[in-house]
Amino acid sequence: MVPADQGGGLMRTDLLAETVDGVDEAMAAVDAFDKALVVGLLRPHAVLTTGLTELAGAVAGTPLAARVAEAAEKAAAGAASEDHFVALAAARTALVGSVHDALTARVEEATGRARAEESGAAPAGRQAGNLLAAARSWLSDLARGGWQGIDHEVVSGAAPVVSAMLPDPELRRAATVLDGFAAELAACCPGSTLERVPVRRWADLWSRAMILTVPGAADVPVTGTATGRLLPLGVDVQEHATAVQAQVHAVFEPADGAAPRLVRASVSVPKPDTVVGAGLWQLLRPHMSLLAAVSEGRSMDLTDMPLTAGGDLVWSDERARTGKPADAFATARVAMSTATAAATAPLDRHPARIAAPVFLEGYDAQQGDEGLTFTLAGHGLAVDTDRIPAAGPLTPEAVAASVACIGLLRWDAGAFTVQPLAVETLVRKKPAAIHAGAWAGGTSDKAGVKAEKAATDAGAVLRERAGRLLRK
Amino acid sequence: MARVIPPARPRKLAKVPFVELADGRLQGVVSSGSDIERVYVSSVGAGTFAYACSTNNNRPCGGARGGFCNHIRTLVNEAVLQYGAERVARYLRVETEGEPSAQTLTTSMTGARPPRGDTAAAAPVFSRFLRHLAYLELAPTTGPLPEMQWFPPTRAVA
Repeated sequence: MVPADQGGGLMRTDLLAETVDGVDEAMAAVDAFDKALVVGLLRPHAVLTTGLTELAGAVAGTPLAARVAEAAEKAAAGAASEDHFVALAAARTALVGSVHDALTARVEEATGRARAEESGAAPAGRQAGNLLAAARSWLSDLARGGWQGIDHEVVSGAAPVVSAMLPDPELRRAATVLDGFAAELAACCPGSTLERVPVRRWADLWSRAMILTVPGAADVPVTGTATGRLLPLGVDVQEHATAVQAQVHAVFEPADGAAPRLVRASVSVPKPDTVVGAGLWQLLRPHMSLLAAVSEGRSMDLTDMPLTAGGDLVWSDERARTGKPADAFATARVAMSTATAAATAPLDRHPARIAAPVFLEGYDAQQGDEGLTFTLAGHGLAVDTDRIPAAGPLTPEAVAASVACIGLLRWDAGAFTVQPLAVETLVRKKPAAIHAGAWAGGTSDKAGVKAEKAATDAGAVLRERAGRLLRK
Repeated sequence: MARVIPPARPRKLAKVPFVELADGRLQGVVSSGSDIERVYVSSVGAGTFAYACSTNNNRPCGGARGGFCNHIRTLVNEAVLQYGAERVARYLRVETEGEPSAQTLTTSMTGARPPRGDTAAAAPVFSRFLRHLAYLELAPTTGPLPEMQWFPPTRAVA
């Protein structure tokens, strides 16, 4: 049966292939600054002068101009204070923010999707200042030494700060990025012998972390509540050695009949690095009933669930009840096409943050040397199959054989890509759905049960060791 | 965007609950085969292969007098399972003939007649292990962590 309204058919892949004005220019200034972070801001150097001048020049017409110009001048002389580093991080964040805005406008054009009104809620700002100051001091040390100057001594300075921050929910966001960043730097020590520096990535993480040391910057103000029906589309997982987050993308239909909205619900937890694969679901599962609903293909009914201006539900199980069966592909084909997207919170604007749910079908899937591509109306869209979590039934092969796909439209390395969340393949001419997050709430799949067993055993050993050794 | 370090590969943790490539060493914690309350802190230095093994109460391991004890050999095996032989070989700066494996790594390192290292590192390694275990005790949150977007999963293995 062919549904009457094929929302996904409207996707304008031609627009995604076209260049977006201004992006290259903004990123050139960002790249120039990022090179300065490679050599470090400890003493004057030609690379610093160029990078700082370009960064300051790029924000010269903005309210940041004066502060950034001063910071750039001090930094070029090797005399930047911690506040100057924050100003430089803010300038870089504003620039990539403008790139985010241009790309998001293009995504809206391509998907034909409207954006919800922005809301100007200001963060409250009541975080523990001394730990944030300690984090800022570590980040300043990193910037002075540059990526070429990292060694175990400098990098290990993050550990006590992170350990003190992690237990505090208000500081969890900053702690999590610092922890992942520090682990990555530690694995690359010493910087002097590093063959290839992930220049933009580390500058991104450094600036994100730096901005989060400003008290209040990490706050996510709740601006309303959600009462109505939640129709899950799929699950996106993110993990570093010592943290995991699952984000359920969904369409929310307000009970009051207002327009449906695209929302996310997240759950995250710190973890030992040996908890991997199905073990990640085991840690997250008990804290969000929505994961079970996703695995069972059900909707959930929400009552007064806190909702942020950025479209994030702040989940609590008490405010949700399991609802009727809801097929994600039906949601994607029908409900998603009329849903509006929330505006991204001001400080979160970054191309890496773009993850717009899309529905695609009628494409030609082709496996090339560069990976898988979906060709729609003559335009190719790269498919990022590497992001499919290992602990699930969806495989790159299934995506290559698919006829319909629910995915997240992303921007990576200068081009739009689609990350598959679920696909439909034809099994004996009948569509069969495979979801990346199918094991989130548990599974009876043979491979899944085996993965769960291995993860349960690993978790049991760690808990036994912790019980015996930790409280002595 | 791609992550710099691939995730650890799954392995059984009973014998070696903790292993890491850090501080210029392969280091970790090996459960005692005879006493459930006891663990050994074992390490091998990068480049020198200087080895050390002692209990968490700083008693020297009887097996690690003239060379690698069984705890250190087990540690190398588990490190190869967790990180892949390639990465372990690169970190420890071990040259092996052909493809590195746990066995060729150990043979190559013991063949270099490594010196006995300092057991003073045992205390910090053990405290890193406790810090690692403490991650199990942290509460989950349902507030969004936007920065996790920089840490996508990858199907690439270590």
